[in-house]
Formats: sequence, C-alpha cells, structure tokens
Amino acid sequence: MEVTLNVRRYDPDSAKPAPYYQEYDLEIDETHTVLDGLIKVREEVDGTLALRCSCRSAVCGSCAMRVNGHAVLACKTKVRDLLHRGSTKLTVEPAGNMPIIKDLVVEFNVFWDKIRAVEPWLQPQGVPPQQEYIAPNEDMLHLAGVMACIMCGACVSDCTVLEVDKHFLGPAALAKAYRFVADPRDDAEKSRLGKLVQYGGVWDCTRCMQCVQVCPKGVDPMGRIMALRDRAIENGYHNSNGARHAETFARSIKHSGTLDELRLPIGTFGIWNVKEMLKLIPLGLKAQMRGKRPPIFHKAIPGAENVRRIFEKVESKR
Amino acid sequence: MIDQDVLVIGAGLAGMRAALAAAENGASVAVVTKVYPVRSHSNAAQGGINAALTDRGDKWEDHAYDTVKGSDYLGDQDAIEVMCREAGQEVITMEHMGTIFSRDDAGKLGVRAFGGQRQARTFFVADFTGQALLHVLHEQVLKHKVKVYEEWFVLSLLVEDGECCGAVVMDIRTGAIHVFRAKAVILASGGLGRVFEPSTNALICTGDGMAQAYRVGAPLMDMEMVQYHPTTLKSNGALMSEAARGEGAYLVNALGERFMKKYAPNMMELASRDVVSRSEQTEINEGRGINGCVLLDCRHLGEKKINERLLTIREVAKDFAGVDMVQEPVPIRPGMHYQMGGILTDVDGQTAVPGLYAAGETACVSVHGGNRLGANSLLDTLVFGRRSGVHASDRAKYTKHKNLTDASADNDRQHIRALLDRNGPGEMFGKVRLEMGQTMNQHLAVFRNQQGMETALAKVRELKQRYEKVIVHDKGKTFNTNLIFTLELGFMLDCAEAIVLGALERRESRGAHTRTDMPKRDDENWLKHILIAKTPEEPKVSYKPVVITQWKPQARTY
Repeated sequence: MEVTLNVRRYDPDSAKPAPYYQEYDLEIDETHTVLDGLIKVREEVDGTLALRCSCRSAVCGSCAMRVNGHAVLACKTKVRDLLHRGSTKLTVEPAGNMPIIKDLVVEFNVFWDKIRAVEPWLQPQGVPPQQEYIAPNEDMLHLAGVMACIMCGACVSDCTVLEVDKHFLGPAALAKAYRFVADPRDDAEKSRLGKLVQYGGVWDCTRCMQCVQVCPKGVDPMGRIMALRDRAIENGYHNSNGARHAETFARSIKHSGTLDELRLPIGTFGIWNVKEMLKLIPLGLKAQMRGKRPPIFHKAIPGAENVRRIFEKVESKR
Repeated sequence: MIDQDVLVIGAGLAGMRAALAAAENGASVAVVTKVYPVRSHSNAAQGGINAALTDRGDKWEDHAYDTVKGSDYLGDQDAIEVMCREAGQEVITMEHMGTIFSRDDAGKLGVRAFGGQRQARTFFVADFTGQALLHVLHEQVLKHKVKVYEEWFVLSLLVEDGECCGAVVMDIRTGAIHVFRAKAVILASGGLGRVFEPSTNALICTGDGMAQAYRVGAPLMDMEMVQYHPTTLKSNGALMSEAARGEGAYLVNALGERFMKKYAPNMMELASRDVVSRSEQTEINEGRGINGCVLLDCRHLGEKKINERLLTIREVAKDFAGVDMVQEPVPIRPGMHYQMGGILTDVDGQTAVPGLYAAGETACVSVHGGNRLGANSLLDTLVFGRRSGVHASDRAKYTKHKNLTDASADNDRQHIRALLDRNGPGEMFGKVRLEMGQTMNQHLAVFRNQQGMETALAKVRELKQRYEKVIVHDKGKTFNTNLIFTLELGFMLDCAEAIVLGALERRESRGAHTRTDMPKRDDENWLKHILIAKTPEEPKVSYKPVVITQWKPQARTY
C-alpha cells in the first residue's frame, strides 16, 4: 500500500528555525499504523526525524500527536483507517497546546506541572491498617476506568479551553484529581474539591467533548470533570460562578420548564456583583438592537408542572 | 557536575522503588531516566504480582518452591527465599500507597491463577497491573519531591579506584553532557528485548544498563536464559497477557485440540512459560499450527469477564490482529519477552563493582534462573529495588565522593563528537539493528542448536564491526534521537554477544535454553551459573555454583 506522510517539521538548531512540511512516500503494509510508518522513515529514509515512541501497544503514552488534525496515539492508529475516498496522504503534526521542541516532540513539562498541581497522591488519614484497606470491588473497578489513563496528553492537545486559557488545569489533571476524590481510601476529598472549584478548575470546562473523543483509553475525562462538579456541590461548594450557574439553570428549568436567560447571568454572578453586572449592559443593548433580548417577564411553558415532577422524581432518588 | 548521595538510573518500578527507599533512608537522591517515568516498560506487565499472604492460608515457602521449580533449579534459593518472604509486605505497601488492586467479595485483595503455580496468588489490577503500580510509584516520587532528570540519557558509568562513583549523562533536550557524582549508583534500566526482532518489549528496552555495567567490569550472568512468552501476536509481537490463561482461556491447535494435555497434563495451559512455549513451537513445527501460530481461545469466558479483567488485551487483539476475542480465537505464537539473566548481584543489589548496584530486569540476583514465572517480575523489581535503595543509601553514609571533575566526561564528549563528525556513505543504525534482531530470533529462540548459535556469533561480530562505521544523519544538539538510537545499538550488540556466548557455553537443555542437539538437563555438569565478563581481549567465561537451600533438583513435570 502506498501512502504519503506529510509531516510537520521543526528544527530549532537550524540557522533560521521555522516550521515546514515534508512529505515522505512510503510503501507499507495494510495493517501498519502511523507509528510503523514514522519508524520506517526514521530508520530507513530520514534519520533526522524526531518523535517520541516506545511500547507500540498503547500503554506507554509516548506517541500522542495530531494526525489529520486530531490527537491520536500513532501506535494505535491504522493508516488504512484514515485514508478516505482514495486519498493516499496523511498529515502528521505534533500534539497541540504544548510548545514544540523539535519535529513531533513537544514540551511536556507544562503537562506534568498541571498533574503536580492536583497533589496526585493518596492522602489517607490515621495509621494504615496492618493488612490492606478494605474497599468494595465496584469502587476499584470504577477507579480502574480512570487509572487506565496513560498520560499521553491527547486530551490536553485537543482541549478547546486550554487553547484560549493556559490556566485551565485541563482534562488529564482533572481526571487524575477525580481518581483520588473518588477513592474510598482518600480522606482529603473536601480540601481537594475546595481547590478544584477555583479559577482554572472544574467549572472552566466548556463540555465540548473533544477530550472524550480523542482519549485512546476510554477514560472519559469530561465525565470525570462533571462528576467532580457534582461532588463539589454535594460538599457544599456553592459559592462559585460555575456552581451558581448550574444551580440557577436547574432552578429555572424546574420552575418554568425553560431557561430564564435574563436571570441566568444575574444568578451566576450575583445581583450585587456590580462589576459583572455593568459588563452585562452593553451585551444587553446589543441583544436589544438585534431583537434577541430575552423577555423581561419569563413565562412557564405549557405543562411545566410535568418538568417539575421529573425533577422531583430525580431528586428523591439521590 | 551534579552531586547526590545515590544516583538511580531508570525510573521504572525498580528505579522508583529504589529511589523512594533511599530517600526515606535519608540520602539525597537523583533519578536519571531516558523517558518520562510513566513511559517505562514496567507499564507493559499486565497480569499481576505474586505474593503468598499468610492470612489467606498461603505460605511463602510454597511460592518459593514454585519459583525454584519454574527456574528449572537454576535460581539461587537464598535469593528466592528473600523475594518470596518479603512479597506480602511489598504488595501491602503498594496497596497502602494507593494501588487499586482488584478485590474479592469481602473487599480484600483478590487473586487470580497464574502459570507454574499450584495456588492462585497473583494480585492484580484488571490486566494493567504494571501500569497501575508504575503510576502509583510515580505519585509517591512526586509526593516526596525526589529529583528526577527526565529524558536524560546515560552514556557511561564512572569508576575511580575500583569503585563506581558516578555517571556521564546527556540531557537529550539540549545535547549537553554532564557528570553526575554519587556515593552509590543503582542501575535499574530494564531489559534488552530489542536485541531480538520481534519482541514484546518496548523500543526503549535496549540493555543499556547491562552493557554499561559490563563495560566497567561487572560480569553478566545467566544471559543465555531468554524467555519466549507463549502468547504474542504475530503481526507486531504484542503481548497477550498470561492473565487470559489464568482466567481460563484454552490453547488450541489447527485440529481443535487442547494440545497442552500432551505436554503438561496436570497444569495444562498454566504450565511454566518455557514449557508452554516449547509445546506451541512443537505443534507449529510438526504442522499443527495455522500460519505459524496456534490459537488462544477466550470465547467461553464471556464478554463480561473479558471486559472486567482482560480489556486491555481485548483492545490490543482488535487493534493489532483485527480479532475480537469475545467472538473468535486469537492467533498467537511464542515471542521474545524477558531476559532472566543480567548483571550479577547479591540480594542487596550489589554488583561485583563496589558502589554499583542493580535491580529489576537489568539485574540477575538470580531469582528466575532458567525460566521466570509470570507475575514474579513485578515482585522482583519492587523487592530488590527497595533492598538496593536501602543498601546503597547506607553505603552513602560512610562513603566520600570521589575526586571527579567535569573533565571526567571528556571521553564521552570526544566519542560523541567523533560519531557526529563521521560522514559519507554508510548505513544507519536501523539496518544493523534489524539484522541483529532477526539473527537472534532465528538462532536463539525457543529451540537452539550448536550450528545456529555459531552462525549467530559470527553475525553479531560482523555487525559489531559494521557498527563502528554507522553514520548518524542528525547532526543537531536538540533531541537527537538518531544519535541516541545509535548509542543504544552499541549497548545491544554487547548484550547480544553475551547472550550467544552464554548459550554456546551451556551444553545442556535447561529452562528457556533448549538445545535440539543436547535435549537433556545435565545437573552433574551444568547446575551452575555462567558468567560473562569483559576483558581487554575476548570476553571471559566463568562459573558460579547455584545456591541450594531446601529444594534438591528433581525431574520437572507439570
């Protein structure tokens, strides 16, 4: 099978370092992965191509990179599966949201710094038991879904929040944090959550699902972030824009069956938050001019009481 | 120059366990690793970790006997006793640190059956036990703020007055070469799988530590004992965990027979790995295979159990063999997996060079002898990693730094300079590595013979000569992987030579070393270890008696 790998190159040691694309025409096997192709390049064609890789079986997390625009593990991605409609070319680029060191190698320290920031170690209280901690197997199985994370950084690469805000802890670190919050042996749930509801934490995720889609191990980082939000509210952390936003949203739906858009920002920021309230004025004027201002008097939809009954049923099951 | 009491090379399970133990013992510790810690090959261990926990009616002596028998009586029984006695505590420690071991109905640690053992004593996390342990140890390293030099590559060890006192290390990011000075150095740099092609091992498993120790005079032991794992995929050599058979999977030949009943009527699929691999290869050689494979049949386990306990390998089989094991049997064959041999050490990790320690796959204590039991390797890394860390940090208390300077790295700097300055037509490392790997896999696999091994020796020596002329295409300083791979190939060629020399020396069949021309075990002449040491001339071969405490060698049947 013939394929062209169009690889984004960057050599910091060259006279005028600048990124460029280089094409490699390869003859490869039907079953070969993108990584097989890249290894063939560096071993037989062009020894200067730099990339990280090691295990070749999707457990070490070294070879996350973008292929045709999305983060993948190169070792887990078959070339054949990405060639659509007779195309024979794949574009291979370094992972996103991390500075490039050389070719497909990115600066991973920014990734580890965020992992470190969530204090990623078990924090039990008191003296450990003589033997093992007793814990339900279901809890361990549940955690195994998170521990399956191999820290490849695919989710971080394609996170749309990190693209605009470098302060966001990001999907990998937050999933790691969840692993401890949900561990029955860990006694620091409350203080962990207290930090995670701050700026850059769980409320900054926009639920775009990119991390869920690109994760090669099915870790579902966004689902873990949502679970952290629930636990934060259960632990009494109502006092954040995110928590208030969620609670105002739910309250509005519960009472009228539809969202009261006018009161949502007021509920989120608080009516006495003068700075944020002032910021809303130009927005309101713009909406008014374009005929998109939400009604001042919010009306319930017909059958709103049925919506309320759904809420009550769900809430009674908690 | 960078000073610390204890320098640990490698950040897999053995390295990080050693570093933690040394730090807890009050030493200043630095870890140097060529990949980020969680990228280490300990990740790949799927099935579990063995330990006899007394509160479930198991005895460490039983575990030790299974290990001795598994080793085909080549393992040193004093070392095996240490490992098995300390196993339970090590598993509990890892649990306390946060490992999410699978549980039984009472919420206590659950076990699964594993090969070569009469009792189920393998503790596990689904089928990614190594990864789970590795990530937990990494968490502890972060917690204790152990200094880790990530993506730094060791070029050589430094020895003064006969004592190891540091290492020369290159920062892969910048290409800068530094001297690390230490009162003790612990090599925990893993195995040498890439000497073979294919192999289940990661691309980083290039025998660096074994070759570095060998080059400063520490002998290598049991190097001929190379484990072929019974269940690897044909396409890329990927591993299908022994956990599959532990959970009850069958091995079936082209005729649909569970052929293990002919070779190991009692233990069947859960006989020792060398036994199962030989049986499979015999089936294949005698025409009862399918395209050079036999079948691993998991269908009767059911989708629920497979998803709960074997999900990783289900994914691997889907990705790399295009087979869903819930629906179809998976074609598998024996593939190179583990090096039982390595740098000769005692039970505290001390090598023949004072100040130099080794632990994990790079070391040979020897607890695995002629054949390692599944789920004993994780145990080996943790027990002997910790013991090395304790002993090395004790040594640091009464040892002074040697008189090194930054100029101690000049030899390596010149060597690298010369390598990068070498130009012109000539081959890259890739072709030499591939020929080495294929040669080893052809002649030093499950079945061996004199002629094949001699062919391999001649080939390895030819490749060593060709290696001296290999061209490094990348001349840059930053992240020059072309240079790293070329240096690794040099280490691998040393290892390959030692393996072939050891194999040629052992004129019997024992454990993983099976000679078609000398098929019998010969306790009278060969119940001893073979050591290979570097000298200015030819490598020197010598022997060391096997330590036998309570289990006299017997015929080995499963």
